[in-house]
Amino acid sequence: MSIANESFRPKIVAFCCNWCSYAGADLAGSSRLSYPADVKIIRVPCSCRVNPMFILRAFERGADGVILCGCHPGDCHYTTGNYYTRRRMTLLFSMLDFLGVENGRTRVEWVSAAEGVKFSATMNEFVETIRALGPNVRLGDLRCRS
Amino acid sequence: MQELRKRAGELLADGTVARVLAWRAGDLPYNPEPAFFETEAELEHLVYDGFCGANLSKLMIEASKLEGKTLVCLKPCDTYSFNQLVKEHRVDREKAYIIGVGCRGKLDIEKIRRQGIRGIEAVEGAELDGPEELTIRTFSGEKKCAYRDAMLERCHVCKGKEHMAYDELLGESRDTKDAERFAEVEAIERMPAKERFAYFQKELSKCIRCNACRNACPACSCRKCVFDSTKFDSEQKANVDSFEEKMFHIIRAFHVAGRCTDCGECSRVCPQGIPLHLFNRKFIKDINTFYGEYQAGTGSDEKAPLTNYTLEDAEPSVVRERG
Ligand code: SF4
Ligand code: SF4
Ligand code: SF4
Repeated sequence: MSIANESFRPKIVAFCCNWCSYAGADLAGSSRLSYPADVKIIRVPCSCRVNPMFILRAFERGADGVILCGCHPGDCHYTTGNYYTRRRMTLLFSMLDFLGVENGRTRVEWVSAAEGVKFSATMNEFVETIRALGPNVRLGDLRCRS
Repeated sequence: MQELRKRAGELLADGTVARVLAWRAGDLPYNPEPAFFETEAELEHLVYDGFCGANLSKLMIEASKLEGKTLVCLKPCDTYSFNQLVKEHRVDREKAYIIGVGCRGKLDIEKIRRQGIRGIEAVEGAELDGPEELTIRTFSGEKKCAYRDAMLERCHVCKGKEHMAYDELLGESRDTKDAERFAEVEAIERMPAKERFAYFQKELSKCIRCNACRNACPACSCRKCVFDSTKFDSEQKANVDSFEEKMFHIIRAFHVAGRCTDCGECSRVCPQGIPLHLFNRKFIKDINTFYGEYQAGTGSDEKAPLTNYTLEDAEPSVVRERG
């Protein structure tokens, strides 16, 4: 089965921290900057609230790409949360890569509350990347495996 | 073995310890199992040979809650796990009397079987001071096998024969290291992504989700485990897609990342022979590369890498940039 990329609408999950990135998304909205509706935002109190399991579950439930946004390092509302996020996600992405799952489908971006433009640009670009990668077919259904 | 029984008996008799945690013969000639001994008479069942691979440090969690000290026999690699458990406040150092037992590598019965030796009735020469060759009695006569060729993977990359914690030492060790710890991981890293995917698909599709790897792991000591919960799609059940297949293994390895001492128990206990150490070692290798050399369980009070950070840490995008 092949799905033409033009008709492919990826499912993108974006975890955004309450204090910076979610506010950045809000600013993008109130500034009337657009980003694809394929991006579903999940608000979290801090980027370090994102258990690696959340990312894996998003994929498991059919996401084609997962992006995690938080305050810039040094600007975390809780001072150091995003430093832990940085280590965790580096290791997680590296592991996904090790297992041969394309790591282009996962990303971390730091977006502040003032960066509505960056938020919209990041999301546009990420959706384009995922469109180009196509659906997450590698994570195929086992029940039909011969 | 005789010496160990004698010493354990003395310590029980003089009241230093209330019980002994060691191994006793299992139902087959090559599967001794962890056991507690409370009287000198019981100690005649104590065994210590090449098949005593089981890491007893995790059992000290429960033993720490009991009255009095427990004598525990630890191999050099087990002491790393023990220290890690003490550091995480899961085991009480005061409740343990450690006899650091010598080690000349532990055996993997599957490695013997893979050499075409079947119908095993008894294995001779597995003692600590035994010869360099095992004599295996089978249905079809006697077979020989070099001790080294029957060793567990972990012993070929042994961290060394120095005990990281002990009250006294007993028995001679022999050097077993003859391979590079990260060589296997590096070989996989060099494969193209598709091959890596296929490789892990082949290995992980063997998993029957028995959870033995979790149960044996000394770093997996949470009272409530995500794999027992029905709320996270990670409970024991048949996998639906190849991602679910991987999820369990990624999560298991991630939960112990930075705390895993690379003791090799997970790979040893897996009934399906899945090389689980590859996951843990990949994390260890990445931690060493990105955040500086770190070995869990050496007894230092350094912060674990995932509960620490520096302002200059690599961004997650390095993974992509590294290609
Ligand atoms: S890893 Fe080293 S200390 Fe541990 S069982 Fe093997 S040879 Fe012995
Ligand atoms: S021990 Fe092996 S088969 Fe059992 S759950 Fe772990 S990986 Fe799967
Ligand atoms: S993950 Fe495996 S190697 Fe690491 S501590 Fe647990 S059992 Fe030992």
